[in-house]
Amino acid sequence: MNINLTMIGQLIMFAMFTWFCMKFIWPPIVAAMDERKKRIESGLIAAERGLSEHKEAQQKAQEMLNQSKDQAAEIIANAGRQASTMVEDAKDVASQEAGRIKTHAQAEIEQEANRARNELKDQVSDLVMQGVNSVLAKEVDAKVHKDMLGKLSQTL
Amino acid sequence: MATGNELIASGDYIKHHLQNLTYGQNPNTGVWEFAHTAQEAKEMGFMAFHLDTLGVSFILGALFLTFFYRIGKKMTADTPSGAQNFIESIIEFIDENVRGSFNGKNPMVAPLALTTFIWIILMNTMDLVPVDWLPYLAQQVGVFFGADPHHVFFKVVPTTDPNATFGMSIGIFFLILYYSIKEKGAGGFAGELLFHPFGKMMLPFNLFLEGVNLIAKPVSLALRLFGNMYAGEMIFILIALLPFWIQWSLSLPWAIFHILIVLLQAFIFMTLVIVYMDMAHQKDEH
Repeated sequence: MNINLTMIGQLIMFAMFTWFCMKFIWPPIVAAMDERKKRIESGLIAAERGLSEHKEAQQKAQEMLNQSKDQAAEIIANAGRQASTMVEDAKDVASQEAGRIKTHAQAEIEQEANRARNELKDQVSDLVMQGVNSVLAKEVDAKVHKDMLGKLSQTL
Repeated sequence: MATGNELIASGDYIKHHLQNLTYGQNPNTGVWEFAHTAQEAKEMGFMAFHLDTLGVSFILGALFLTFFYRIGKKMTADTPSGAQNFIESIIEFIDENVRGSFNGKNPMVAPLALTTFIWIILMNTMDLVPVDWLPYLAQQVGVFFGADPHHVFFKVVPTTDPNATFGMSIGIFFLILYYSIKEKGAGGFAGELLFHPFGKMMLPFNLFLEGVNLIAKPVSLALRLFGNMYAGEMIFILIALLPFWIQWSLSLPWAIFHILIVLLQAFIFMTLVIVYMDMAHQKDEH
């Protein structure tokens, strides 16, 4: 328990250790710890920002979805309307066409009927004439009776 | 029961354990040599070294520094390894204490606190090594080099040597003086010594009071640590005197309790160092 040079030695050793610690140990460790602290901080901030961005994007997506839904509904309604007008138009056109075809057919029928009637008239008159000819071949003058029959056929 | 011889033997055992391995200048011959007895060591006076104290404390300090240095070099801000985590928790603990007690700006205080804390813990922890192991080893080495085993002393715990604790506390004392003068100016520091706490009229009394206050810092710092560790070591030695089959029943509880003292004393020392540094840095008290 004697106080001697050991004390001076310990003092020097203590000073050296402290100096070494201050120079080579403390700074790098604290620097690394500080850097990690900063990284964590910025990471947290980034996470927060990401979260808010995500929320915003979700909102935007919802909005877009709603918008497109509206648009789709509108398109469908338009299409329905257009389809019904088209059907109406087609109906009109068809009925007009039908009318036209009908009148045309009627006219044709009439024409045809007239023609047939005239033909028939001629044939009948010819037939009558033939009959009459054959009946009256001997007694009747063809010329005289032809005029008479011609007048008759006119009245038919 | 203990006979007279056994009592002398146990007395010798204790004394032998409490004697440092002293290398000094023999006052009679002027030759530097190992002290063969406690008496010789005492006669050497100031011109002597305690090789055990210096050696053990140096090895422990170097151990601490190399360990921290190697981890510090590999420090990464990414996910830390186990060792790095361990060191970071220590650094954080020290940093917290320094931030809590030290208000000045000085990049030296935190490393100083770290060094005192870890070094003292390591030196104190030598107390937990069974009391005979290292002295026995030292004796064998001594015998190998041709020394009388009874004259090879080895005191394992550096903090049970007042030289170690005073060495540290005097270093702290110099720092207190240096920073007091640097921060407050020579006049400010002198004013603090002369005019506190009772003003100009009581100048001599003030000087006495503040002087004692100043001197008491390193003295109490050194003696507190030394006293605690010395008492602890003494009890370990006394326990070692018991029959070997009963020793564990006392040494185990004492060792467990002593772990607390080891840490507590280191912590107290460090905290006081921080507080003294803070006081030295305070410019306008009162």
